[in-house]
This record gives sequence, C-alpha cells and structure tokens, in this order.
Amino acid sequence: MQNLGIRVLFMGNNFARLLGGLWITIRISLIAVALSIVFGILLGMLMTVKNPITKALTKIYLEFIRIMPQLVLLFLVFFGLTKSFGINLSGEVSAVIVFTLWGTAEMGDLVRGALISIPKHQYESGAAIGLTKWQVYCYIIIPQILARLVPLAINLTTRMIKTTSLVALIGVVEVLKVAQQIIEANRYTVPDSALWIYGTIFFLYFFACWPISLVAKRLEKKWKTA
Amino acid sequence: MEDSIDEVNHMAEQSILLEAKNIVKDYGQGRVLDDVSLQIHKGEVIVLIGPSGCGKSTFLRCMNGLEQIQSGQIVLDGEVITEGKTDWPSVRQKIGMVFQNYELFPHKTVLDNVILGPVKVQGRDKKEVTKEAEKLLERVGLLEKKDAFPRQLSGGQKQRVAIVRALILKPEILLFDEVTAALDPEMVREVLDVILELAAEGYTMLIVTHEMQFAKAVADKIVFIDGGKIVESDTPEKFFTQPKTDRARRFLNTFIYEKETGGEKL
Repeated sequence: MQNLGIRVLFMGNNFARLLGGLWITIRISLIAVALSIVFGILLGMLMTVKNPITKALTKIYLEFIRIMPQLVLLFLVFFGLTKSFGINLSGEVSAVIVFTLWGTAEMGDLVRGALISIPKHQYESGAAIGLTKWQVYCYIIIPQILARLVPLAINLTTRMIKTTSLVALIGVVEVLKVAQQIIEANRYTVPDSALWIYGTIFFLYFFACWPISLVAKRLEKKWKTA
Repeated sequence: MEDSIDEVNHMAEQSILLEAKNIVKDYGQGRVLDDVSLQIHKGEVIVLIGPSGCGKSTFLRCMNGLEQIQSGQIVLDGEVITEGKTDWPSVRQKIGMVFQNYELFPHKTVLDNVILGPVKVQGRDKKEVTKEAEKLLERVGLLEKKDAFPRQLSGGQKQRVAIVRALILKPEILLFDEVTAALDPEMVREVLDVILELAAEGYTMLIVTHEMQFAKAVADKIVFIDGGKIVESDTPEKFFTQPKTDRARRFLNTFIYEKETGGEKL
C-alpha cells in the first residue's frame, strides 16, 4: 500500500490543491459562460438583422472563432496583446476573454437558430399590441428562446470546463497544472503517481460535468413537454 | 348655400375614422393591392370578402403597418400616418388586431397575455388593468381560465383571449384577420358571437372572413375584393341577393356549391 501512487494524493494538502485547481477551472468556465449568454443573445439578434454588412461581419467573426484552435486564441490574447500593445493581462483574465469570445460565437449561433424558430406571427402579435421592437424582444421573444437555450448553454458549460485544461499552457494554475506539479514533485519517490493523479482528475472532471449534464437532460425533458 | 354643403362635407369627413387612399402594395414582381381606397366611419363594421390571395388580408395588415405599402396614404382620425416616419407602436394602440392563429404568447398565462400591452405599452397601473382584464375575460366566459397557459385552451378559447388582448388597449378600430379560419367548426360560433356583441356595442371593425352567414349578420357594408382591387361594395342585403358584378356572383356561387357538397357528405 505504501508503494501505491495513490498515497501522493494524501500527502500534505495535495488533494485540497487539486480541488483548488478544479475551482479555478470551473470559475473561468462559469464567468465565460455567463458573459457568453449575454453577448451571445446580442450577437444572435444581430445575426438575424437583414443588413448585409452586419450579416457579413457577424459571419466573419463566427467563422474566425470557429476555425481558430482555442489554444491559438489563448496565445494571441495572452502573449500577443502583451507584446504588441503592452496590455498585461493575467492568465486567468486572458482565459476568460478567449472563452467568452468562443462562447459568444457558439451561443450567438444557437440564439440565431432559436430566434428564427420563433414564428413570425409572434413578433407581429407583439407589435400589434403596440410593443416597440425592443419590447417585443424583451417580453416575448427572449423569454421564449431562453427556455430552449438553457440546455444548450449548460452543454456549452461542460465543453468549456473540459477545454479550460488548455489554460495551463498560459500559466494558469488550474487543476491540470496542479496535477503536473504534484507529479513532478514526487517523480523520484513515487514514480507511478502520474496514473493515480491523472486518474483522480478524470473523476474530478467527471463529477464536475456529470451533474451539469444531468440537469441539462432534465430541463430538456421538462421544457419539451411544455 | 355653399357654406352648408361644406359643412356637410366636413361632418362626413369628421366621422371617417380610418381611410385608405389609393393603396398600392407589391410583393416582388406581383402587385397585391392595386389602388385600393376605403373609408371606415366611426361605428361602422366593414367585412372584406373575396377569393384566397385576393389581397384582403394584406390590405388589413397594411392598415396597421405590418406590411409596408409602396404608395398611397393611410389617414387615421384625420391625420395622415403614412407620411414621414410613422410611429407604428402608438398607431397600433388605436388599431387593434386579431390574427387567424390567435398568436397568444405561449410563455405567459391568459391574464399576463392580456395585461402585457396596457402595462408595458400604456404604462397603466397593473392592479387596475388586472381588474379590467378580469372583467373582459368574464364577458367572454373565460375568467376561470385566467391563470391557464395558452396550450391548455381550445382554439376558440384562445381566440377569445386574443380578442380581449386587443380590446383592453381600448382601440378605436379593430381588425379581424380570418379569425375563425383555423378553428374547428363547433368553435366558430363562440368567437363570432363575441364579435357580433362588439358590433352591437358600436365598435368600429374591419373584418376579413370566409363565413358568409356571419358577414351577412355583422356587416354594415360588404367590400368584395378580387385581384387586388375593390370590385364591388354594397350593403349585405344587396350584395348577397343581387350582386352587381359578374365576378361577385361567381364568387358567391362557389359557396352555394360548397354547401351542396357539404350536404351530401352529411
């Protein structure tokens, strides 16, 4: 038992450190998702505008973000901004920015889809009682698409939590980075610690994302019948 | 002498609530409305009939700006509303509209559907509006459904709620766009009865319908539209018994034919 790598987990405050790392991961994801929902709704609304210039700009944004690997975006924001413009962002802030850019693109496309799925007559009957365009969105359209968006937003959250492992590469000490540090520190005393620590991380990610998926599934069911 | 004629003219103009002058509406290549003019006086009920695609619904939708017109004028209360930038939201509080597919807001209860307009658009007190909404819902026999969601209502009930939603804004004129076309036959009556009651109360209404018996009963004037033009307009008594034009006669005949086949099926 003494030679099992798992004992590394219980040395010092290693486990607490891993949980701390996980919290950073989740925090980045949650902030980015919250911002993505807000900006995504705005972007989605912009994407349904018939103006060709707006259409082209939003399309370019969407394609750009989708084609770029998130890692490249991270490097671009974290290193690029610092070197070229002297803007010094912490790794975590850079991560939030990049994940918000990405999430906004994803949400924007989802919102656009949800918006065009609302029958034209809903806009018209809102207009017919004297609501302005903005009021129609606020009181009629957005409340209806939110119900459809929540499951999708939750799905996006789990994808973000998984993708945040990339931020280790710009120096943010999230769960994966903590794991590497622990493994490095114990390389000679416990050579097989890698399996155990990464295995633990496997379960940490699982238990972070699984409940979220469950909630998403339940909400989807609940709102389908509604 | 001249003075008195002027006065008479002036009086007639004053009682005109809504007027369409030479309305032209194009959809892509096709012309849907071709120089359509119509005057609606206060308290008058005008029923627009005509074959599908003749432009009658489009005409209705132009009246409250849901469709843009290419030329012509719309005059409401003596004011040209189609000149410059129209403030449609405030015009639409005066011109209420009820749609074929009810279009209640599915995420709101019956009561919330009804009070949304007065509270958010007219900025009226929510309590007072709620009381009024309940009174109106009671009138159409739906007070006990006030906390229900639209999906829990039948088509006829939904349409009655939609009428209340338009009424509560206290519009000067109501537009009804084929409001029974999506209903099961046995529910048509309950909706038409509400409209008949409104007519008896003196509401000004512009109605598009395919229910000829109803049109006969409710209308002060029938306007027959075909090919984007007003072909004939007359009192219902005259229009249904002795139409002036051949086209109107043929149109009315199609309904007699439908009646016969309907009878055979029974």
